[in-house]
Amino acid sequence: METQVKLTKLAACAGCGAKVGAGTLAALLDGFKTRTDPRLVVGYDKSDDACVYVVNDDTALISTTDFFPPIVDDPFLYGQIAAANALSDVYAMGGEPKLALNLLCTTEAMTKEVVQEILRGGYDKAYEAGAIIAGGHTIQGAEPLYGLAVTGFVHPEKVLTNSAARPGDALILTKPLGVGVLTTAAKAGLVEDAVMARVYRQMATLNKAARDVLVDFAVHSCTDVTGFGLLGHSYEMAQGSGCTIHLRADSIPYHPESLELADMGFLPAGAYRNREYAKVRAAAGISRAMQDLCYDPQTSGGLLFALPEGQAGACLARLEGAAIVGYVTEPDDSPLILE
Amino acid sequence: MKQLDARGLSCPEPVIMIRQAMQSGDAAYEMTVDNHAAKENVTRYAEHQGYTVTVRQEGGDYTLTMQK
Repeated sequence: METQVKLTKLAACAGCGAKVGAGTLAALLDGFKTRTDPRLVVGYDKSDDACVYVVNDDTALISTTDFFPPIVDDPFLYGQIAAANALSDVYAMGGEPKLALNLLCTTEAMTKEVVQEILRGGYDKAYEAGAIIAGGHTIQGAEPLYGLAVTGFVHPEKVLTNSAARPGDALILTKPLGVGVLTTAAKAGLVEDAVMARVYRQMATLNKAARDVLVDFAVHSCTDVTGFGLLGHSYEMAQGSGCTIHLRADSIPYHPESLELADMGFLPAGAYRNREYAKVRAAAGISRAMQDLCYDPQTSGGLLFALPEGQAGACLARLEGAAIVGYVTEPDDSPLILE
Repeated sequence: MKQLDARGLSCPEPVIMIRQAMQSGDAAYEMTVDNHAAKENVTRYAEHQGYTVTVRQEGGDYTLTMQK
């Protein structure tokens, strides 16, 4: 749909590229007094995708939120992408979303129709996910923002944290990289519409199908690849699991157009924050552009999960567009190796 | 040498600016930026175009000299 005001022009940075760095967050919260509860099995200290609170023997509650400025000018698509991204944190914990609340910030430049289209995109994805948007909160501010606070459920014994990968696991990534680079280069008019249409479609795709496949396997650990990029989220998984993660550069899926654009310097600022955060040992011969893609912040990226190597082939066969990107070993001198 | 000031601009604007400037095909350009991402991105673009880049830091500003 055509809009009078380009949504992305109202925002300083796009999508998950706006995410504050992981190190910055940890420093901000350091030393705060917090209550402890044994039922809170995943809390902030785990740097996970969502928190998990065990209600009873059969039910654990997953709670999460995510929102960001417009990554695309089409308001319906923006709403879809922001909602898919927020819902993804529930899937990354192995759960199913049930309730959601809208979080919306509008600006004076946005018409009623634009605001309505953003919300329609959010409702569309929540419906597809089987979740109910039961309310929300809207304010007016300097920059558009949209996202959801999502509540989901999972069996307490089937919670998938990002800190439980084991030596001998293979790692599968379910969506190709390059989203941050392509949306940045698109602002310079260097990406064809057909390519961006493919990228937007990918971002609006729920991680539901991937989650529904991986629960059929003995998956040990799972996260979704978003603002911290593949290397940032892999680094968290490696650190949390006390293992070393090896990523094979030649197996990592990416949008083919993104590699040269990364080499040309069309990287969002978040890629450099991720580079500061996730220390990786990269083998000689891996190009700077390929490394940059691995640090590229992804908006509504795929799931990254670890499962026994012997199950990886059968799992992969049921996932469209996924790839085995690496493996897990006992801790090496570096938690993360790009080889 | 062509001088460009990209301070106050966030990515990808500094890269768009150097890309437009380099269409003149000069042998040398100098650009000042005020953030790490812009310094890195302009360096990547210039190197991709076959320029050698040297960086001088003064306070929070980086001045990039790009030569063929």
